[in-house]
Amino acid sequence: MAVDLRLNAAIATSKALTRAIRRVGRGGGTAFPGLIATRIDPGILGKLSARLPQGVTIVAGTNGKTTTSRMLAGVLRESGLQVVHNRSGSNLVRGISGALAAEASLGRGRSAEIGVIESDENALPDVIRQTSPHCLLLLNLFRDQLDRYGELETIARHWAPAVAELDSDATLVVNADDPNLAALAENTRARVVTFGLETEGHGLPELPHAADSAVCRRCGSRFEYDAIYVSHLGAYRCPNCAYRRPELDIAAREISFQGMERLSMTVRRDGWEDDLRLDVALPGLYNAYNALAVVATASVLGVDAGTIATSLRSFEAAFGRLEKIEYEGLHLTLALSKNPVGFNEVLRMLTVEPVTGPVIIGINDLDADGRDVSWLWDVDFETLAENAHTGTVFAAGIRGDDLAVRMKYAGLPADRLDLGLLGLSFSEVLDTLPKSVAKGEHVFVLLTYTAMLQLRRALAGRGAAPQFWRQ
Amino acid sequence: MNLRIGWLYGHEMNIYGDRGNVLALAHRAKWRGIPSEIVTIGIGQAIAGQAIDLFFWGGGQDREQISVAADLSGDKGRDLKAAIEDGVPILAVCGGYQLLGHYYRPHGEADLPGISALNVTSEAGSERFIGNVVIDAPEFGTLVGFENHSGLTFLGNGVQPLGKVRVGHGNNGRDRQEGARYKNAIGCYLHGSLLPKNPVLADWLISAALERKHGSVDLPSLDDAVETRAHDQVVRRALKLAR
Repeated sequence: MAVDLRLNAAIATSKALTRAIRRVGRGGGTAFPGLIATRIDPGILGKLSARLPQGVTIVAGTNGKTTTSRMLAGVLRESGLQVVHNRSGSNLVRGISGALAAEASLGRGRSAEIGVIESDENALPDVIRQTSPHCLLLLNLFRDQLDRYGELETIARHWAPAVAELDSDATLVVNADDPNLAALAENTRARVVTFGLETEGHGLPELPHAADSAVCRRCGSRFEYDAIYVSHLGAYRCPNCAYRRPELDIAAREISFQGMERLSMTVRRDGWEDDLRLDVALPGLYNAYNALAVVATASVLGVDAGTIATSLRSFEAAFGRLEKIEYEGLHLTLALSKNPVGFNEVLRMLTVEPVTGPVIIGINDLDADGRDVSWLWDVDFETLAENAHTGTVFAAGIRGDDLAVRMKYAGLPADRLDLGLLGLSFSEVLDTLPKSVAKGEHVFVLLTYTAMLQLRRALAGRGAAPQFWRQ
Repeated sequence: MNLRIGWLYGHEMNIYGDRGNVLALAHRAKWRGIPSEIVTIGIGQAIAGQAIDLFFWGGGQDREQISVAADLSGDKGRDLKAAIEDGVPILAVCGGYQLLGHYYRPHGEADLPGISALNVTSEAGSERFIGNVVIDAPEFGTLVGFENHSGLTFLGNGVQPLGKVRVGHGNNGRDRQEGARYKNAIGCYLHGSLLPKNPVLADWLISAALERKHGSVDLPSLDDAVETRAHDQVVRRALKLAR
């Protein structure tokens, strides 16, 4: 085999930088090394992908891609494969290149056999073109950071050409409950596998305020729903033309929750004699979608049902995704809540399974959060305000003042709104918290992306949380 | 005394959290003992006969905006224009603001006709204006919001700017003006949501609506400590990020 010196130089440099960055404790360290690696060899991502005998599977969508790609990587490992995965969630071309380079062998050791790549929405067309994936999993498209990603249809239009040009032997695994994604799947060379929910319970009475895309692609009429599950995801049909949700190849049927700890469900798949019973170590209906997506994708990749079930039973939440941390006698549960749908689903969990302790909501407006906080008005905070069981709500973060106004107009009584954390850094929040909250309390902490990073860093500095790239 | 709030295209044009404006109007009326009703007026639903005291109109995605422009091309658009001429207050943000004018002119496509209630025109620009905005409005003092638009709006005769831009781009990024004022109509590019963090503006709209029905109205003042704090925080944040 001819030696690609440029590629080897890129890999070696990237590996060395990643090691150096981790040694000085500056983070997961794949984005910067990856950037340098792509400068040395712009073709690095394509070359490293081509080395993987089972190819690359890309996971994309607004919500759930980190959790889903972690579950999928876990399932593939359980099946005996050597997996390379951008697990720190660094999901632009440079971060993905860095992650693949960090795992790439320079001639020694067992090489990775399959790649699981979480991709940012804006980067997806580039990632598809460079990696030529064997499988592309599309989870959902929700309203998120309009200042950064644009409107939903802009993203769908941005994705369409790359989805259309997928290899004819590739597979597109698509959430058919999302009308935007179902429409994308109508125009692709790839084989299409659809998944969605087929369950009686768990529907919403009406479309939430944050819902988009409830309009027929063909004729512009508003959809009618037989069931609405999460935001605009559900069993939709057009009252005007015949368009409706496509037939589901893989469907979740009976779904039930064991508190805020676990969920179980049965999955029907064409070609399986019996429904698969799944027990998943994650709560919430949105995680039922994520687990179903994993079943659909893993079975496309040839993993048997038993292996999938075994792996999902013992899955551990990713960084800040319903992660439990003990701090100064307080039981903290951290939930990354970065857009209206994500927030609504976490709030739905808090109120369905009435949480009685205090809730901290931290809102930042840095680039990675989105500079615009208008979206707070699309979140149904009314459910939290009206839930008398919930304790005090603490507003925090750079834009905590906006959250305080939002909670007031959601109807939260003034005596349940605490402004004592406003203007504080998250390190100062940790100093203040034990004085404001009684020992032994369960504290729910809902945070935007950079707020989560800041709180996690402050907790790690006090020895209360593992650093996320070691998880 | 009651308030009927007409939410124009609440389903079709409601993308940047502008729902907060409707919540602010309803709550600030309620806190003064004035019951309100929110009437969502969508595509195919008439304005005539609804006895709306106050309109709100938000922004939407391109496709929805085209459907809405078509919906307004007949009697409905004329009814809305007549209500505005008659002094019914309206707050229109972004897409709604553009459609209050004569037209929106996209790149290389046919004009999207507005209802000509405001003597303004809009056209597609080549860059997107995104960021916090602070303006000084002669009638309302300092207003804060967040802009996210590539359309450029230009004011004609008979309309005044809502305010002068201190931070941000405003109507078109050239003349340092933001928004438009005509009779009791306000059009602007300010999301945020606008009214919760600018309670002066919310109360002005409520007063204008009630005064049309009941003559002079004295709205009792409210405890706006939380709102004022957030307003001031955005001013500081916007100035800091602009530096």
